[in-house]
Amino acid sequence: MSHVIGLKCRECGRLYPKEVIFVCEYCFGSVEVDYDYDAIRRVLTKAALASRPKSLWRYRELLPIEGEPTVGLTSGFTPFFRAERLAEALGVEELYIKDDSVSHPTLSFKDRVVAVALTRAKELGFDTVACASTGNLANSVSAHAARAGLKRYIFIPADLEMGKVVASLIYHPTLIAVEGTYDEVNRLCAEIGAKYPWAFVNINIRPYYAEGSKTYGYEIVEQLGWRAPQHIVIPAAGGSLITKIAKSLKEFKLLGLLPDSHTKLYCAQATGCAPIANTIRERSDIVKPVKPNTIAKSLAIGNPADGYYATKAVLESGGWAESASDDEIIDAMKLLAETEGVFTETAGGVTLAAAKKLIEQGRIPRNESIVVCITGNGLKTQEPLAGRLGQSTRIKPTLASFEGTLGKDIA
Amino acid sequence: MAVTVRIPTPLQRLTNGQGEVQCEGKTVTELLGDLEQRYPGIKERICDSQGKLRRFVNVFVNEEDIRFLQGDTTAVKDGDEVSIIPAIAGG
Repeated sequence: MSHVIGLKCRECGRLYPKEVIFVCEYCFGSVEVDYDYDAIRRVLTKAALASRPKSLWRYRELLPIEGEPTVGLTSGFTPFFRAERLAEALGVEELYIKDDSVSHPTLSFKDRVVAVALTRAKELGFDTVACASTGNLANSVSAHAARAGLKRYIFIPADLEMGKVVASLIYHPTLIAVEGTYDEVNRLCAEIGAKYPWAFVNINIRPYYAEGSKTYGYEIVEQLGWRAPQHIVIPAAGGSLITKIAKSLKEFKLLGLLPDSHTKLYCAQATGCAPIANTIRERSDIVKPVKPNTIAKSLAIGNPADGYYATKAVLESGGWAESASDDEIIDAMKLLAETEGVFTETAGGVTLAAAKKLIEQGRIPRNESIVVCITGNGLKTQEPLAGRLGQSTRIKPTLASFEGTLGKDIA
Repeated sequence: MAVTVRIPTPLQRLTNGQGEVQCEGKTVTELLGDLEQRYPGIKERICDSQGKLRRFVNVFVNEEDIRFLQGDTTAVKDGDEVSIIPAIAGG
């Protein structure tokens, strides 16, 4: 049973039916899914949740589908853990990692949005899905569409990391490498999407797709023992994840699942592509587009669709923004791996590097609870680590070679 | 010759269902004025009451975002292609 009332313009409040609509026909504001929260409150209780499977679909009343979920049944409910060694390195008391680097099946938080988008696409009668992607979404749409038996057209910038290209091609999509930046891919896809009868997950069915990100926030609250942390540091590309984490907290409070609390949200971007972070630090509401230049390619969106709303969500929460240089990104990737055993992609390096700076600046107090959002896996973005890590020690298969080579280094 | 303007789906009702129309003008502002002459009512959907492009509308001249050019004073000439695209997409 569905609890979706319809779609509503975030700007002018106009109402639309729950169909394939992504912008307000009148003011071009984005439309958002509107739910019947009174009805949801009666069924979505902590007791009900306790008996449900550990996937993102445990929150299905708050997701915009009509029938039963059909895609991504094993996605979500990723590890959440207290990071004591990293906390010690950063000089803070209470630090947690929400780890979507091991999301099933494609190792990034995009499995959440795609599970929802493709379930909805099937309900809406599409047999072909498509996306514009910086890599992780490409992998996720390719994989989920393969399993769901949907045709798939995937558009990426031509200069993506090899890991992200291979992790799309293996699912045999039609992979189109566009000679341009993500923003150019995205503009092209907006025009292609207007011409072909496809479900472009992050364009024409974006209102449904984007709701999937809320599950990242729900899980933080549930896994923290039904409380919200005081600070959440979130990476931003298009800015949607920030707005949806804010919405997840708001909804849980509205439903009585989370006591009234105050969580500050922080935006993390790469210095070479920081349109949202810049807007936040200027306390402006005009997001100036930039031409990206960063190793964090999954965050390299110079013209962020949700930049305006992400800025608002961060500033309203009392949070702030930081950006990280390429060197800081790599150092943070290494720090997370060496302290917590998590190999994140460059975007995770951005988030941790930004968190570190915010702590050092005193923006995030050292004695308060902090969650760092890790959203992707390092095996996909190996290129920037070339020459930046230690090397293996090569020996002959003999004890003498082992001891002769390592000698005094053996503990 | 004229400038080709690509119309986003939500506005095609105002252009008799056409996804592409021909307009004239020396700048983006003039072009939008001419568009309004030909398809009355379309400009108020793209621009706010002060005549400025709405926050959630992006305009591209020959595939380049006009915010990287000269904004709504960006020059256009015969044969150019202008796309009007909702900002809420992607990411």
